[in-house]
Amino acid sequence: MTITEKILAAHAGKDRVEPGELINVRVDLVLANDITAPVAIREFEKIGVNRVYDPERVTLVPDHFVPNKDIKSAEQAKMLREFSRRHSLTNYFEVGRMGIEHCLLPEQGLVGPGDLVIGADSHTCTYGGIGAFSTGMGSTDIAAAMATGETWLKVPESIKFIYKGELPRWVSGKDLILLAIGKIGVDGALYRAMEFTGPVIENLSVDGRLTMANMAVEAGAKNGIVAPDEITRRYVEGRAKRPYVFYSSDPDARYVEVYEFDVTNMEPLVAFPHLPENVRPVSEAAEVKIDQSVIGSCTNGRIEDLREAATILRGKKVHRDVRLIIFPGTQEIYRQAMHEGLFDVFLDAGAAISTPTCGPCLGGHSGILAEGERCVATTNRNFVGRMGHTGSEVYLSNPAVAAASAILGRIGSPGEVE
Amino acid sequence: MDIKGKVWRFGNDVDTDVIIPARYLNTSDPRELAAHCMEDADPQFPTKVQKGDIIVAGKNFGCGSSREHAPIAIKEAGVSCVIAKSYARIFYRNAFNIGLPILESAEAAEDIAEGDLVEVDVNTGLIKNLTRSKEYTATQVPPFMQGIINAGGLINYVAERLKK
Ligand code: SF4
Repeated sequence: MTITEKILAAHAGKDRVEPGELINVRVDLVLANDITAPVAIREFEKIGVNRVYDPERVTLVPDHFVPNKDIKSAEQAKMLREFSRRHSLTNYFEVGRMGIEHCLLPEQGLVGPGDLVIGADSHTCTYGGIGAFSTGMGSTDIAAAMATGETWLKVPESIKFIYKGELPRWVSGKDLILLAIGKIGVDGALYRAMEFTGPVIENLSVDGRLTMANMAVEAGAKNGIVAPDEITRRYVEGRAKRPYVFYSSDPDARYVEVYEFDVTNMEPLVAFPHLPENVRPVSEAAEVKIDQSVIGSCTNGRIEDLREAATILRGKKVHRDVRLIIFPGTQEIYRQAMHEGLFDVFLDAGAAISTPTCGPCLGGHSGILAEGERCVATTNRNFVGRMGHTGSEVYLSNPAVAAASAILGRIGSPGEVE
Repeated sequence: MDIKGKVWRFGNDVDTDVIIPARYLNTSDPRELAAHCMEDADPQFPTKVQKGDIIVAGKNFGCGSSREHAPIAIKEAGVSCVIAKSYARIFYRNAFNIGLPILESAEAAEDIAEGDLVEVDVNTGLIKNLTRSKEYTATQVPPFMQGIINAGGLINYVAERLKK
């Protein structure tokens, strides 16, 4: 069996599961945010139960439109707060103690290796970076799981991605996942599991692995996953709030497809508008002038991402025609970045630093684009109108490229500003 | 349940930001969401669409975010069903859960033109193009999911199970 099949089998109370099989599984954690929870809460209340299945395992994180951007968002966030009080939820994260959900949950040890987690947010697949099975669903599915602690799933077929060679400087997890999406397309892994393996992944940090699993959904995948190892152990030890289990794929595990990449001569990649599959090497993007650069989000808002950006920005200035906005993923990351002096680097360069929030990533607030504006962003989607006006454009990149581009005023590689 | 309506066509990879842009997600009121349904692909769509109309699209319909607001907006706008070559998985589940009929048929998705009058039998998956006098069949829904539909959506299904 593959790692994905093993985790699913364990949560279905079975010895084995086969791809295509419909199973009922126990969920370790259920998640929703300030956009999806209001719908879930309303549906939950129709079920007619008076309590959630476990107040420690239903997690609500207001992160999309908070700090409340307007009256309507304030009303939505209030629903989460009141529901959390009414059901005595342990894991409700208020502004000032919160973060972007997918940065927050692994950091707080609420998700661990071998867990099965579902969330009313498509990027719930992020936790595959630490060897969990996690996937996004809609609000009604989440409402049902909040009541029962269970959900149904179809066991996905798995695709294996093997990364070999030497990882070049300034190439990171973001580029590795863009490489895969560029190869297979935005529906290339539809309904399937993406398993990331090979020597490059074995040496990749947890932050890099979380970035990769995060964007599995951009290829249509149900989940993305990396087998946990010593690197994972160092990350989860002392954090995990529950016991965890390390699963790995058997040597005879079955895959519907296998892709192998040699990354030795790879450049950082940029996904051009308006699909994450429109991937090109950064050197082919040098003509693209930008108005804004955004560093953050559940894809690249972790401490390693901010360090990478700071390395590029140290002693440099943001181009006068560019707004650089930095969004640390959580309060912890914010504090860490401040202690390490990264904020001085960002402020000296002329960047704006935001409190943790999804903000412009989904075109919510704090960095919306006007008609005709272009933005390079470390986020995960560059759909039409994703970050603002339907006539604006988003280019996806890693944090080093986003930082270098902010200095250059056009998309450029870190090597150009060093 | 028999469905008959005029077709609006869209392309491949119609994402949830197109179906209902995030700038309107500060509410979950179905009426408000419906007023902006598909507007980033066709600003006139919310005013043009008539009750009972059908959306036909290419591959990977509903890709992107998990927002249930997307099928809710489509349903509330009056669209009676969606026919596409394939669906993104979260959208597929969501549509079933909230009771928006969706059918998967590559043949129908390719052949049906904008403005065609189409009749759909959701139970059998038979799609009739009345304008062109043609028929297509959609992929069968797994029996388990048929159970959710028969119960009237996931919430009723779960409520019934919890009562037992
Ligand atoms: S940072 Fe962006 S992609 Fe991540 S949860 Fe927030 S809106 Fe979604």
